Amino acid sequence: MDNSLLASFGSIFTWAAPVVFAVMGETLTEKSGVINLSLNGSMILSAMAGFAVATTTGSFFWGFLAGAAVGALVAFIIAFMSIGLKQSQVAVGYVLTLATKSLAYFLGAPFVGKPVMQLSLVKIPFLDQLPILGPVIFNKDIVTYLSYLLVIVCYIWVFKTSKGLILQGIGEQPAAAFVRGANVNRLRYIYTIIGGALVGIGGAQYSLSVKTWNGQLTGIDGIGWIALAITIFGSWHPVRGALGSYFFVLLQWLGITLQPLMPNVNSRIFQVAPFPLMILALLFVNIGSADWVERTLAGLPEGGRKFVSRLIRGMRTHSPAALGTPFDNE
Amino acid sequence: MVTKPAERPESTGGLIRTLLTNRFSSIVIAVLLSLAATWIVISVMGVEPVRVFSIMLNGSVGSVDAVTQLLQSWVPLVLASSGLLFTFTAGLWNIGMEGQIEMGAIFAYGAIHFLSGTPLSGPLVIIIATFSGMLGGALWAYLVGLLKNYGNVNEIFGGLGFNFIADAVLLFLVYGPWKPAGVAQGSTKMIESQYWLPQLPGSYLSLWALGAAIVGILIVAVVLKGTYFGLKLKAVGKNAKASFMMGIPTSRYMLLSFILCGLFAGLAGSIQVTGFLHVLRNSISGSYGYVGLMVGMLANYQPWVVVPISLVFTALSKGATGLGIDLRLDSNLSGVIQGLLVIFVLLMEGVRNRLSRGSKGISHG
Amino acid sequence: MDVELINIHKRFGKVHANNGISLTVKSGTVQGILGENGAGKSTLMKILSGFIQADSGDILLDGKKVTIHSPADSVKLGIGMLHQDPQDFPPMKVVDNLIIGSPMGLFPDRKKIIREFEELQKQFNFSISPETYVDTLTVGERQQLEILRLLWLGAEVLILDEPTTGISASQKDLLFATIRKLAAQGKAILFVSHKLDEVEALCSQVVVFRQGINMGSMTPPYQTDKLVEMMFGKSIVRSENVCEKQEDKSFEIEELRIDDVRLAIRDVNFCIQKGEVIGLAGMEGSGQALILRALAGILRPTGGHIYMIEGADGGRIDLAGKHYFTYRDHGIHFLPAARLEEGLIQGLSLAEHFALAEEQTGFMVDRDQVENLSKKRITDFNIHGTPESRIEELSGGNQQRAELALMRDPLRLLLLEHPTRGLDIESAMYIWGKLKQRCEDGASIVFISSDLDEVIHYSDRILVFYGGKVSPAFEASSVTIDMLGQLIGGKGWS
Repeated sequence: MDNSLLASFGSIFTWAAPVVFAVMGETLTEKSGVINLSLNGSMILSAMAGFAVATTTGSFFWGFLAGAAVGALVAFIIAFMSIGLKQSQVAVGYVLTLATKSLAYFLGAPFVGKPVMQLSLVKIPFLDQLPILGPVIFNKDIVTYLSYLLVIVCYIWVFKTSKGLILQGIGEQPAAAFVRGANVNRLRYIYTIIGGALVGIGGAQYSLSVKTWNGQLTGIDGIGWIALAITIFGSWHPVRGALGSYFFVLLQWLGITLQPLMPNVNSRIFQVAPFPLMILALLFVNIGSADWVERTLAGLPEGGRKFVSRLIRGMRTHSPAALGTPFDNE
Repeated sequence: MVTKPAERPESTGGLIRTLLTNRFSSIVIAVLLSLAATWIVISVMGVEPVRVFSIMLNGSVGSVDAVTQLLQSWVPLVLASSGLLFTFTAGLWNIGMEGQIEMGAIFAYGAIHFLSGTPLSGPLVIIIATFSGMLGGALWAYLVGLLKNYGNVNEIFGGLGFNFIADAVLLFLVYGPWKPAGVAQGSTKMIESQYWLPQLPGSYLSLWALGAAIVGILIVAVVLKGTYFGLKLKAVGKNAKASFMMGIPTSRYMLLSFILCGLFAGLAGSIQVTGFLHVLRNSISGSYGYVGLMVGMLANYQPWVVVPISLVFTALSKGATGLGIDLRLDSNLSGVIQGLLVIFVLLMEGVRNRLSRGSKGISHG
Repeated sequence: MDVELINIHKRFGKVHANNGISLTVKSGTVQGILGENGAGKSTLMKILSGFIQADSGDILLDGKKVTIHSPADSVKLGIGMLHQDPQDFPPMKVVDNLIIGSPMGLFPDRKKIIREFEELQKQFNFSISPETYVDTLTVGERQQLEILRLLWLGAEVLILDEPTTGISASQKDLLFATIRKLAAQGKAILFVSHKLDEVEALCSQVVVFRQGINMGSMTPPYQTDKLVEMMFGKSIVRSENVCEKQEDKSFEIEELRIDDVRLAIRDVNFCIQKGEVIGLAGMEGSGQALILRALAGILRPTGGHIYMIEGADGGRIDLAGKHYFTYRDHGIHFLPAARLEEGLIQGLSLAEHFALAEEQTGFMVDRDQVENLSKKRITDFNIHGTPESRIEELSGGNQQRAELALMRDPLRLLLLEHPTRGLDIESAMYIWGKLKQRCEDGASIVFISSDLDEVIHYSDRILVFYGGKVSPAFEASSVTIDMLGQLIGGKGWS
């Protein structure tokens, strides 16, 4: 691989950072049993807010904080409407998706064309000298490094800490968690809001590092939906979710890199193609749990059946059992 | 400790409670709240809200021209929203509406593309194109239904996936096989005028399209309110398990609701081609599917309510297009207002349910 | 630790679930708590374990008054409850299940926990691998895990709610040995059950609850007939049977097998005659509900036949394995106990229900016809409501009458889950009157009830269920409530 291709390949990790943040945030939220469907809109709004605040104050810190605050606020609305007022999470999330997107374009219009603010790259001493890995992974902006760290922290939090186990518990069997002393609804509020804040940081990262804020042409539209799909595809596991995010961005990168080889096909198609591919992936991980598949498998000859069912079982995801259902102890 | 039932306070607290628990007044409150929120959002941009509202009012109903345009844009929205009542009634979220409209447009344009130049008469081609568009929409919806029924893929994600695929197909056609000669510009060449739905002289409005919308909502009203099919669909949406116990084949009904919804989406898409734009181009679906879901949510399963709500939503969108020219404001304000309206209606509904749940306590009987 | 519950009251709406119950359990004893379903046992245990709060009354531990607002409080006080449905986390590991809800730091020391768990486990001869996933364990093992967890958290008072449901015989022996050992260690054990034989074998003292009231206690040697009388009362007014028995068979059930997560039912054989009422008696979860659902075509049996006799020549059709709709087409109707979940559709009016249930005439719903039909049915079945009333606005009795009114002719077999549960006597009698008419028209009825009076009173024949075993059919006229109570409680099975 020559150096320019390598550098371009390395950009995958920067591009993927917003997706990783969003997927980690949504994973935490859904682990607790709440669906934040508004991702697509809240990412756009926090991208706008992050950019607007950063260019106004001249500070990246305030920009990212604004992005996090916007994401957290939208998540709070969902938590309040669904936990407090028992409204459908899907309905509220969907409306917020559209409303926040419109709001972002409306309020963000004056910021289109403002001077670009981009996080600067920080080389990690020694590590950046590694062949291949150095330029690909260790020559990034600070928030991209944080995205690596976030995956590890999420993984440890969810699976290794006592609090993370309670988080899993309230999403699996809220009644059992309640019996063991967990305040289910308060924890759901907390994880929804924290998850939303991470989504917001992802949005801000998009407009402050990956690209810039450019109104409807920002190019962030659709990423929130993909993040939701990756959360499922990643079986609510931070590491699998991160891999899914990198896979998605890899597809996008391939589209751009391969496009010159096929000049007859319009570039827009390459941009759109990764999205349906991710949904196909969703089909593969879900199909194993359908009744008819199990019935068909039962009819296959022994050898083939074992192989196919092992394959399907390996891909099958496990959703938090109480995902989307309100909890009431009476 | 025994808690006594709360006594009914007849003070101002009681009045507020009554206002919040009454369905009509709580909707009025929701509308006022969303207006107030809109006021704040506009003020943030440093613009006088009254000016914005007057421009929007003017742009939507201020002239004969505006009204005909309003009605023209109302047609696809009312078709989309009323089609969505089928899936809503069956308890499903057909977020794939957007792609189904696109497929309708693609199929309709395709029919005209292949039949233009043949000896078939203009009206016949229009009819074929319309049916072809409906077929395209229904097919796209059916796929989402199949994915849900046989692949365990939630219809929200299946629908989104097919929206993306429809986008890709549309782009491929517009920039590929159906690209007009010369530079690609995201649009096919215009269809010959003999394949246009007849329009009122001097305007874009086609009475045929308007008629189709009205017939469409009539059909939805009759099917949902008057037929066994509609009744069973309602039963499935309310309680699929009990419906199955009562002998209704639930998954077949869910699939049928997708197909019916897709037919309406396809019709909306083909009217976009034959009655309005006369080309196939990027984002021909115009967000009508996404906005239609909000209209459907507000309509609360009532077909007739779709008419005024979709008219208001279209007026907001139409009115907002003028904002860019006069005030340098982004036209997405309409989406903000629409969203706020739905959020506050949901909020007030939640408050109402909570208050009435709290006060009932003991079931009668 | 000694536990004292004094004058506990708890109401759910109109039901007085605990009506001034007092109970003392000394450290080192096993206190049996008997009562049929709905007697108030579970309510009292949930109050003690903090799951719900009492309306009034006191809880004393070692003579000191305590307040328990949440399960967390009770765990801190040393009270542990083993729920009937395992309250654990199936997709997670055993060791993780231990950690949830324990007072651990952020990073729990898994090695130490596993060591302590293994030590505890050795004491009771359990062998659960701490690294396996809970959903691979049997119900019995999950129960063992939960007991170990409670002990590990330092429970001094253990509440066991119907712990022998769904576990194997050897697991039961192990459980009983464990309970005896725990009592010997000085723990106070509350053993909630409706199985007489188990309570008699295990407990140092027994109290009986009925309708939210403590009916009295007994110490060994136990007199089973006395206990049965305390549980069920003895006033039984015998009256004529509902149906005149006709000698022609309507259904033959042969070698029916059902496998459920909790229960395996083997080789059930019986026949159902035209116009006959068969009552299925047994404590909840003994297998009768599964049989009823298999007869309705909702649950697919794993073996055997459900023959429907067609015509005078005795030709028969095997329905086993057929689709539920086929059962319906043959006039087999099922009325679930969960009326608003499975039987009726919330949000739909009475008239809409009638329209759905009737034979369709054409494409459009004929409103006038439905309106008239609804009015007629509402009068016929004495339903308090209008055609426009939504089903959830009706009272339980009216909903039940509406369900009966919804059944379409011809009716061959009617399967009822707790047909009169929660209804007042008048409504119950009305329902049975209507059912009797159906029998006279040739339909057969199979029903479940936890009310033994109802079973004996209305059945022609009775099948008793206990832990998946099915008794031969008894003639209802030859059965006494004492005999039935003993069988249901697991006594007198060969």
